[in-house]
Amino acid sequence: MPLSPDALQLLQPDGTLATGDHLEPYHAVIQGLGEDQLELMYRTMVITRALDLEAGTLQRQGQMALWVPSVGQEACQVGSGMATRRQDAVFPAYREHSVARLHGVSMLQIVRMMRGLTHGGWDPKDHDNFRLYTLVIGSHTLHATGYAMGIGLDGKAGTGNVEEDEATIVYFGDGATSQGDTHEAMVYAQSYQAPIVFFLQNNHWAISTPVRVQSRTPLYQRAAGYGIPSVQIDGNDVLISYAITQQMMNQARSGAGPQFIEALTYRIGAHTTSDDPTKYRDDEELRFWQERDPIGRFRVYLGDKGFSEEFFDQVDEQARDEVSDFRSGVLALGKPDSSQIFQHVYSAANKNLDEEAAWLAEFEDSFVPEGGH
Amino acid sequence: MATTMAKALNDGLRAAMAADDKVLILGEEVGQLGGVFRITEGLQKEFGPQRVFDTPLAESGIVGTAIGMAMRGYRPVCEIQFDGFVYPAFDQITTQLAKLTYRHEGSLQLPVVIRIPYGGHIGAVEHHQESPEAYFAHTAGLTLVSPATAHDAYWMIQDAIKNPDPVIFFEPKSRYWQKGEVDTSNPSADMNKALVVRPGTDVTLIGHGAIVSMLMQVAEIAEGEGTSVEVVDLRSISPIDWDTLVNSARSTGRAVVTQEAPGNVSVGSEIAATLAERTFYTLEAPVIRVSGFDTPFPPAQLESSYLPSVDRILDAIDRAMAY
Repeated sequence: MPLSPDALQLLQPDGTLATGDHLEPYHAVIQGLGEDQLELMYRTMVITRALDLEAGTLQRQGQMALWVPSVGQEACQVGSGMATRRQDAVFPAYREHSVARLHGVSMLQIVRMMRGLTHGGWDPKDHDNFRLYTLVIGSHTLHATGYAMGIGLDGKAGTGNVEEDEATIVYFGDGATSQGDTHEAMVYAQSYQAPIVFFLQNNHWAISTPVRVQSRTPLYQRAAGYGIPSVQIDGNDVLISYAITQQMMNQARSGAGPQFIEALTYRIGAHTTSDDPTKYRDDEELRFWQERDPIGRFRVYLGDKGFSEEFFDQVDEQARDEVSDFRSGVLALGKPDSSQIFQHVYSAANKNLDEEAAWLAEFEDSFVPEGGH
Repeated sequence: MATTMAKALNDGLRAAMAADDKVLILGEEVGQLGGVFRITEGLQKEFGPQRVFDTPLAESGIVGTAIGMAMRGYRPVCEIQFDGFVYPAFDQITTQLAKLTYRHEGSLQLPVVIRIPYGGHIGAVEHHQESPEAYFAHTAGLTLVSPATAHDAYWMIQDAIKNPDPVIFFEPKSRYWQKGEVDTSNPSADMNKALVVRPGTDVTLIGHGAIVSMLMQVAEIAEGEGTSVEVVDLRSISPIDWDTLVNSARSTGRAVVTQEAPGNVSVGSEIAATLAERTFYTLEAPVIRVSGFDTPFPPAQLESSYLPSVDRILDAIDRAMAY
C-alpha cells in the first residue's frame, strides 16, 4: 500500500526536508531541536532495532516463548516518545520498545515478560508513568482515557501552564481500531473532554489481516465522527512524528480535549515470532517500505547537518556493546519460585490462597531428595 | 430505625463519599435521576457532577475508564444498571480489573467497586433478573460480596469502597424495598465473613443475598415441624469463608446450599464440593443444592417455578433428614 497523499511528512525518504506553507509550523519545531535531542533520536532508533533483532534471535534459540518485533516502527515511536513531557502518562500497547527505552525501561525488562518470569516487568512509578504493556487489544485505551479523565478531575489540564499541565498518550495499532473498547475510549474521551492523544500506529497488518479489512475509510478520518481533531502522518519520519505529537499533546494539555494521530508505518518483521508473514504478504510491498526505512533517511539528514562519521560509528559500537550485555543478561535470567504464583492476587492476605500456597510448597518439597535441593 | 435496603445503600454511599473525596460514582443514569433504582438519588446534588456523573451507555467504558481513574488515585464506584447488562464489561473486569495488581507484581492497587443489582422476584423482562455471580467468582483477583439485610448493605458498601482491591458488590434488588433495622453506630462483621444468622442443630442452610430472608422463613416453618435449622448468610461469595461453613456443617451434619443462580458449575457447586471434602466424616447426608434450573432465566410469569421457593427448600431439608 503506498503512502497516503494525506500524510504529513517532513523528512523525505532521501533524507531531505519537504517544504510547503502547511509544513512551516513543523519546521519551526524541529529547528528548535538541539543536537543532543537529534542524537538521542538516532541513538534510540538504532540501538532499539539492534536489541530487537537480537531478541528475535534469542527467541529462535529457545530463550523465550515469544518475541514481538518493532523493526520498522522506530520513527513514530521515538518521535512521539520524545514529544511528551515528564508529567505525562504513557499507555503503550505491547510493541513500543523504543518508547519504553526513552522512559528507562530496558529490553531486558521487556524480555522478563516474554520469557515467562512475570506478566508485567516494571513499575510505572519508576519510569515516568510509562504503563505496562497490555496484550488484550485495545483494552488499555479505556484505561488511558480514564486516567486522562482523572487529570481533568484533578484540574491538571487547561490551566494555561504547559510546564505543569498534564496529558496522556495511548498507543494502539490498526487492528485495535476495530475493537469496541477503542471506540468507547474515543466516545468517553470526547464526552468528558479528556486530555488524551490517541496515537495509532497503522503498520498495515494485524497479524495476517490487512488494514483494508479493518476499514475502508482512512482511519484518521474516523476521528471526525467522534468530534476529535485528527491528522495523518508519515510514521517513518521521526521529525514529523515529534512535531505533530508535541503539538497535539500541548493541545490536549491546554484543555482542547482529545486528539488523534494516525502514523502510517510498516511492520517489517513478523507480528510475533509465532507468525510467518511470507504466507500473506508480497515482496513488493515489503520492498516499498524498506525503501522508506526510518533510520536510513534520518542518518542522511544528520550527515547533511554535519554529524560526524565518528558519531555514527560510536552509536554502532554502543549498539554492539548493549546487544552483548543484553544477550548475557537474558541468559542469566533465573527461574521464579513457585510461591510467586500466589503473590499479589489480592493486596491483603487471603486465607484460601495461603492454604493453596502452603500445600504446593509442601508437595513440591516432597520431591526433594534427602540431603536438600 | 427501620430503613429500606435502597435507602441504606444510599446512606452508605453518602457516608463513603463524605469520608473520602477520592470516591467517585459513575454509571448510566446515576446523576440527576439517581439510577434506575434510585440508589444514588441526591448524591450528585450533594457532591457535584464532578464526583457523581452519568456515563455514555457503554459498560466496558464504565469499567475501563474506572480502572484508569483508579490508576490516577481515585476510588470509583461503578453502577451496572442490571445483572444481565454486565457482560459488555466482562472483558475489562476479568482480563484487566482482576489481574492488574498481579500484572504489576503488587505495585498497583485498584480500589474499584462495581455495583450490580441482581436476582429475580421482580417480574421483569429478559436480562433483568439474572444471577451472574459464578462467572466472576471463577476469576482470581476479584472479591464478590452480597448483603442480605439493610444493615449489612449500609456497612458492606462502605467496606467495599475502602477495600484496596476490586469488589463486585451484588445488590439483591428484590430486597431493595424491604425495611430492616440499620444501626449506623454499630458496624457489621467484616464483609469477607459468613455469618450464622440463626443457630440450629439438625441441618445447615446456606445462601446469599435475597434468598437469606427466605431461608429464615423456611427455618421458622421447619422448626414448627420439629427440625432445628441453622442459617448461614454467605455474605462473601468470593473468597468464601470456609471456616464458618465447615464449622456449621460439622455441627449439624447436614447442609443444603441455596441460590437463585443455575446450579451447573455455580457457587453452590463449589460449596457442596468443598463441604464434602472437608466434612465427609461428620456428614449424615450428601450436601444438597437448591438452585435455579439450568435454563435461561424464564419469562417472568414462570419465575416462581424457576426460582428456589420455601417449598423447594423444605423439600430439600426433608431429603437431607431422610438419611
